[in-house]
Amino acid sequence: MKNFLKEIPEQVTRIVFLLIVFIAAFLFIRSNLVPEDFGKTGHYRFSAIDEIISVDIKYAGQDVCNECHDDIVVVKDSSYHHNVTCEVCHGAAAIHADDPVEFTPTAPRERNICPQCHEYLPSRPTGFPQIISASHNPLKPCITCHNPHDPVPPETPKECSACHKEISSTKSISHHALIPCTKCHSVPEKHRLDPREYLPTKPGSREFCGQCHSEDADSEPGIPRIDLETHETKYVCWQCHYPHLPEAK
Amino acid sequence: MENENNRRNFLRKSLYAMILAFIPPSFISGEKSKKVVEWIIGENYNPYDHYWSMGIDINKCIGCGRCADACKTENDVPREPFFFRTWVERYRIYQDGDVQIDSPNGAVNGFEKGTESKNIERSFFVPKICNHCDNPPCVQVCPVGATFKSEDGVILVDKNYCIGCRYCIQACPYGARYLHPETRTADKCTFCYHRLVQGKLPACVETCPTQARIFGELKKKASPLERFRRMNKINVLKPALNTEPKVYYANLDMEVK
Repeated sequence: MKNFLKEIPEQVTRIVFLLIVFIAAFLFIRSNLVPEDFGKTGHYRFSAIDEIISVDIKYAGQDVCNECHDDIVVVKDSSYHHNVTCEVCHGAAAIHADDPVEFTPTAPRERNICPQCHEYLPSRPTGFPQIISASHNPLKPCITCHNPHDPVPPETPKECSACHKEISSTKSISHHALIPCTKCHSVPEKHRLDPREYLPTKPGSREFCGQCHSEDADSEPGIPRIDLETHETKYVCWQCHYPHLPEAK
Repeated sequence: MENENNRRNFLRKSLYAMILAFIPPSFISGEKSKKVVEWIIGENYNPYDHYWSMGIDINKCIGCGRCADACKTENDVPREPFFFRTWVERYRIYQDGDVQIDSPNGAVNGFEKGTESKNIERSFFVPKICNHCDNPPCVQVCPVGATFKSEDGVILVDKNYCIGCRYCIQACPYGARYLHPETRTADKCTFCYHRLVQGKLPACVETCPTQARIFGELKKKASPLERFRRMNKINVLKPALNTEPKVYYANLDMEVK
């Protein structure tokens, strides 16, 4: 054996020595550069999984909402919105689930939320309820007519619109959309049988509109108001304003 | 004679030792792989029990973009345009054969109606997401092993190991990856892996108001996804690339790219 080693030419022993040095250096550098847990379960760093799953959850999930808000969930689950989870409208609520007192989720009341799904787009699937918000009761928040937890179209007074279609369509896109016909017109029962003989009443006085629109009226804020004493006293309201489609503010 | 024998034994043993040193450790560590099977992450989650996949029903998508918005919230994806883990595309196919595809800000704010100068033949929305391919080209090209397929079929990125070379972004045929502007590493959909291990649905599935997105197990007999695959005509995106995507589309139009 000793003779055999001696018989190896020197250039071979040198190159083998160099090769061994290179391999050793490679293994040393590699063991220092490659993370310890690399390749434990596959060609990746094992602890990466722990880092990825350590991200905080933002959306709590429907099950978590159900635990406390079962009264609303029961209503929602039997409505058209049964597939819409709470956090679609109310936003990510995991922090609310963790600390219900400190953090309250948003409750969208503005008009711009519902059209995200319900605005008319030609690309939306046929049959999905859509509106054109520019002409659909403009400026009114959706929740004045629709309950988002149990959305149904508001009932239209078919008794009046059957004959007065044009007025009802006009009124439906006006600021007065929510005011029922009978608020201003008292209709005798016989009007339906003999409409020309028995006419409904029409409000004739300035004070009638003033019930909502005078400065001291007991009505909702945001309604345009005038001073009945000084505002165009020569006329009654309907001579300038059309009550079924009053001017925008 | 005895002496010679010892030397021979020594050389033989050292030869075995050399061979052993160059064998990948996974071949010999039977004990270790057993440990991996019992590997549980999170509280009670064994990745070997699951194989995740998603179904998307084009006919149900209303293009509201709540999925894209929820994804950005859930995963802290930068709010600027061009960084999306999921997004919704609108296809408009006109009667003259022209096809328009748009996705303004990934549909995070929904779509505008716009004015049509031509007659539309058909139009629909297509939610897009990482397809979590069974044969992922992005994993193949990663030079450092920073992106990988987990045991439950989810393609993940190790952002602390990624060198930001963007090979994977180039390799993905679905455009599902982007370079995160802060970390300068590749980022992509994880099927909300941090939610999965807690038994929750991905944020986009959770917030889809029409259940256009279905999520579930691929290799179990009864799961929402298996039902979806049984009851619909299924297609995947770019099947010719043999990436074997695990996001299954129902009612997919031929124009969808």
